[in-house]
Amino acid sequence: MLMSNRARAPKTESQLVSLADAGIRRDGRWLVRGVDFSIRRGEVVTLIGPNGAGKSTTAKLAIGVLRPDEGSVARLSGLRVGYVPQKLSIDWTMPLSVRRLMRLTGPLNDADLLAALASTGISHLIDAEVRHLSGGEFQRALLARAIARKPDLMVLDEPVQGVDFAGESALYDLIRSIRTTTGCGILMISHDLHMVMAGTDTVICLNGHVCCRGTPEVVSQSADYLKLFGNSRSLAVYSHHHDHTHLPDGRVMHGDGSVTDHCHPDDGHHHHDGDDHDHSHHHHHHGDHAEAKGEGRA
Amino acid sequence: MLDDFFTRALIAGIGVALTAGPLGCFVVWRRMAYFGDTMAHSALLGVALSLFFQINLLVAVFGVAVVVSLLLLALQRLQSLSADALLGILSHSALAIGLVLVAFMTWVRIDLIAFLFGDILAVTRADIVLIWGGGVLVLAALVWLWRPLIASTVSEDVAEAEGMKPAQTRLLFMLLMALVIAIAMKIVGIMLITALLIIPAATARRFSASPELMAVLASVIGALAVIGGLFGSLHYDTPSGPSIVVAALLLFILSLLPAAGKNTAEKAGNQGVR
Repeated sequence: MLMSNRARAPKTESQLVSLADAGIRRDGRWLVRGVDFSIRRGEVVTLIGPNGAGKSTTAKLAIGVLRPDEGSVARLSGLRVGYVPQKLSIDWTMPLSVRRLMRLTGPLNDADLLAALASTGISHLIDAEVRHLSGGEFQRALLARAIARKPDLMVLDEPVQGVDFAGESALYDLIRSIRTTTGCGILMISHDLHMVMAGTDTVICLNGHVCCRGTPEVVSQSADYLKLFGNSRSLAVYSHHHDHTHLPDGRVMHGDGSVTDHCHPDDGHHHHDGDDHDHSHHHHHHGDHAEAKGEGRA
Repeated sequence: MLDDFFTRALIAGIGVALTAGPLGCFVVWRRMAYFGDTMAHSALLGVALSLFFQINLLVAVFGVAVVVSLLLLALQRLQSLSADALLGILSHSALAIGLVLVAFMTWVRIDLIAFLFGDILAVTRADIVLIWGGGVLVLAALVWLWRPLIASTVSEDVAEAEGMKPAQTRLLFMLLMALVIAIAMKIVGIMLITALLIIPAATARRFSASPELMAVLASVIGALAVIGGLFGSLHYDTPSGPSIVVAALLLFILSLLPAAGKNTAEKAGNQGVR
């Protein structure tokens, strides 16, 4: 559907935020670089990538919590943001009820407050103290708070962490329905592409830079995505499995990033089950591998 | 009535406690106890400079506290040392430099103990005006800043993302801290100002179901500690600052007793105890 070039299209009214070649550096190291995308009204963009890929950093760039060291970030003026951060630790000495948390950054009428809590299924916790909530309940409260703001753009950094499996898909359904009913743009961070697939328009695969992008179907089958997530269990549907790359000089780079001279199945870098073909020579063809069990490392 | 030194001390002390309560809550929530201590210790440097340049004491103390807090923020950004170590260095250096400077100025005679631990005999009518004037200013600013302060205490990132300016809020908070330190110095003394910020707030925690209630209770508890402490100070001829802090500590210990909070654990905290 929409492949890479959309981000470079001229800025239009419907673009809530657009990043152009944005990068951010800390202590001489680029956390992310060359990030290029935009979010329009009614669009769901999902960032995926391994730990330390710069997903949260990119989200913070998009909403102005961090400023880019190169490139630029443009936001629609007066853009109303609802933000669910990845981590939020409230000092337990602050007495804070869910009701009070809902009004953290702005006033809110009771009807909207109750409706938002009902939508995430925690109406009964309205007077509970935030520090007594479970991880999943807290996430639901944060999500409700972002929803109640009626934002133009929702930024959800791993919004379902700590939520049980059944609740997880219900919350993704909710997020999807918010997009259709309010027409807001959504920037979501997830490391489980399969959960978010149905509700996402554009997936951006990050690993310090944009590896690949496109519709979930396109990304889930692109070579760059497989390189990053090839050994993930969530990829069970895809049968080919190759967890190492043969470098030009004959050495082997494994799925865990290590490099060895040889490619022995018992050297600790391999995780194929029933792997019975000969690895002792360096110049075999990748296409010949029939090792995929779709199981990978747990 | 104001001719009586003890009445003056009471009025001044209550004014300081009412102001320190809500501010102290933020010091606790934001885990800035050591930060506050560092700013307070720098007050002695302010005293020395005020004597040397013959400028107003409050202005000098306020100015030095602001400079030290800005310096701390700048040094923390460098991230060359942990915030903890930086605070340790600045806190004690500020105090030491102040003491050394005061010792150098052999031509002025100052009562060091009064500055370090408070002196109720020294409270003048002008002090009362300054304390209540400054206190009203601080409380008004807190009311005005309340939502952004609470929001950025919970999460600076969320506050920033949702249209607030947490960096500016933090700076204003520092200025309020510096002002409270300047006006509280005479009553509780430089060494113990942070105690008057933290102990009433910690005592109020147990009986509070909302940040707002905790702020109000901290003021009330602080005022009780001041009254108790000053009467103790008068009766036993002890320095006012330590007496007030001991009274605050007694209230804190009382609040920990199981009987006081047996059924106040959660919502019942609304009813309060005091």
